[in-house]
Amino acid sequence: MSINSLDSGRMAMHRRRKRINAIALSLSLGAMAFGLFWLIWILFETFRLGLGGLSLALFTEMTPPPMSETGGLANAIFGSLTMVALATFLGTPIGIMAGVYLAEYGQRTWLGSTTRFINDILLSAPSIVIGLFIYALVVARFKAFSGYAGILALALIVIPVVIRTTETMLTLIPNAMREAAYALGTPKWRVISNITLKSARAGVVTGILLALARIAGETAPLLFTALSNQFWSMDLGQPMASLPVTIFKFAMSPYENWQKLAWAGVFLITMGVLALNIAARVMFRNKH
Amino acid sequence: MDAHVNAPTIVAPKLSVRDLNFYYGSFHALKHINLDIPEKKVTAFIGPSGCGKSTLLRCFNRMFALYPEQRAEGQIMLDGENILQSKLDVSLIRAKVGMVFQKPTPFPMSIYDNIAFGVKLFETLPRVEMDERVEWALKKAALWTEVKDKLNQSGASLSGGQQQRLCIARGIAIKPEVLLLDEPCSALDPISTGKIEELIHELKSDYTVLIVTHNMQQAARCSDFTAYMYLGDLIEFGPTSDLFMKPKKKDTEDYITGRFG
Repeated sequence: MSINSLDSGRMAMHRRRKRINAIALSLSLGAMAFGLFWLIWILFETFRLGLGGLSLALFTEMTPPPMSETGGLANAIFGSLTMVALATFLGTPIGIMAGVYLAEYGQRTWLGSTTRFINDILLSAPSIVIGLFIYALVVARFKAFSGYAGILALALIVIPVVIRTTETMLTLIPNAMREAAYALGTPKWRVISNITLKSARAGVVTGILLALARIAGETAPLLFTALSNQFWSMDLGQPMASLPVTIFKFAMSPYENWQKLAWAGVFLITMGVLALNIAARVMFRNKH
Repeated sequence: MDAHVNAPTIVAPKLSVRDLNFYYGSFHALKHINLDIPEKKVTAFIGPSGCGKSTLLRCFNRMFALYPEQRAEGQIMLDGENILQSKLDVSLIRAKVGMVFQKPTPFPMSIYDNIAFGVKLFETLPRVEMDERVEWALKKAALWTEVKDKLNQSGASLSGGQQQRLCIARGIAIKPEVLLLDEPCSALDPISTGKIEELIHELKSDYTVLIVTHNMQQAARCSDFTAYMYLGDLIEFGPTSDLFMKPKKKDTEDYITGRFG
């Protein structure tokens, strides 16, 4: 019996299905091309304008006054690195512990679902809201913009991301793994710390890296908290410069040297975030 | 053959089940089970899917206690103590009653640490003794020659059959008295299955082995006693040869001859 002997009704249906498939495929390819077009353009512009501003002075000199010939982003780079690192350091343990609670203890409890719901809201809260919240809570009360306030705001962005990824990664660990550990007489805290968290390690670390990448480019929460600083400052109690805020300030200015530095800053952040994303992907792929 | 049937099997029971009822929420999964499991013998549990044989197995180490909606009523005596009594520390029961599951579950650590992990929960051994224990357990599980040169490699790097033997070694390493095997070969190829069946045969000189299996040939091959279960009832229990050669109940006969349902 040859394939052509199928009755004509079935053949028509088959042709129709192929047609629909072709349309759906070209639509989705079109959508992908549209997205990629802008992404590549952004990357291209970043390279074109950012590479020109790259120099040693970028890393050694402070943000200059307008119209000067020299100057770099050293204070902004330092400020960004410090605040991002400390915010991650502060937010990660809280996020992991809350994620462990949601996945291992409170999965079907009232407290668990409430926490999950609130965390989802926090996850999608605009970062400017978080900035204003810390402004009202810390900056307004102590009457000072400070690095500490910036760190708090960034940590508040890190926490929900880490909670969500930790919980998701832990729930992906098959229950058989937990049962096997319990079957040896393992206490619950050891099952979590030695077996499930360890199995989920790659995913959890990926979540942390993605959170890090996200806060590295955040401007709004820092505008209201750490503000900026034209000078070198290692005092977290003082206003602190950061790359995103400096870019915001410089890019909007009419001064050419500032604009050039803004593009160099954009280039640095883009490369940093790209590197983190690639690191996260490589780490995840090696494990799965 | 006749002599065997007439002579009552005189073996001390290691586990005695008395009037055991089990519930998943409101579903009554095990109904008034009474059973004596002889020491240092292999007892197989057979029956169609959903008959409660795995449920019964999970009562012997109180695995069900992980899930709040599951509960067991009745008695399971292990060396004269009712293990269903909630006052007993469940970790100590599980140290005495080991379990191996359907799917191999190597822990995310080296082959060595997979074995040492359980031992460290109950004993603090100096390095040399721990090395000996790991070697002993791996030899018992017939895995030593295959892994002795790569003890530091991840447990997940082994093949499915090796992983399952690793899980058996892990269970043996803490020196339990009872070993529960829940369809240990269902995810394995025939060669690995053969190795594990040989292993079960070896193990019964030291341990009381309980095995749940869907494979009746397997039950016939490697068990001394067999229990046939159906819809939460224990239909028939006796020496494996009797149960397969001359079952007392019509239901049992229908199931083992494939005329079931």
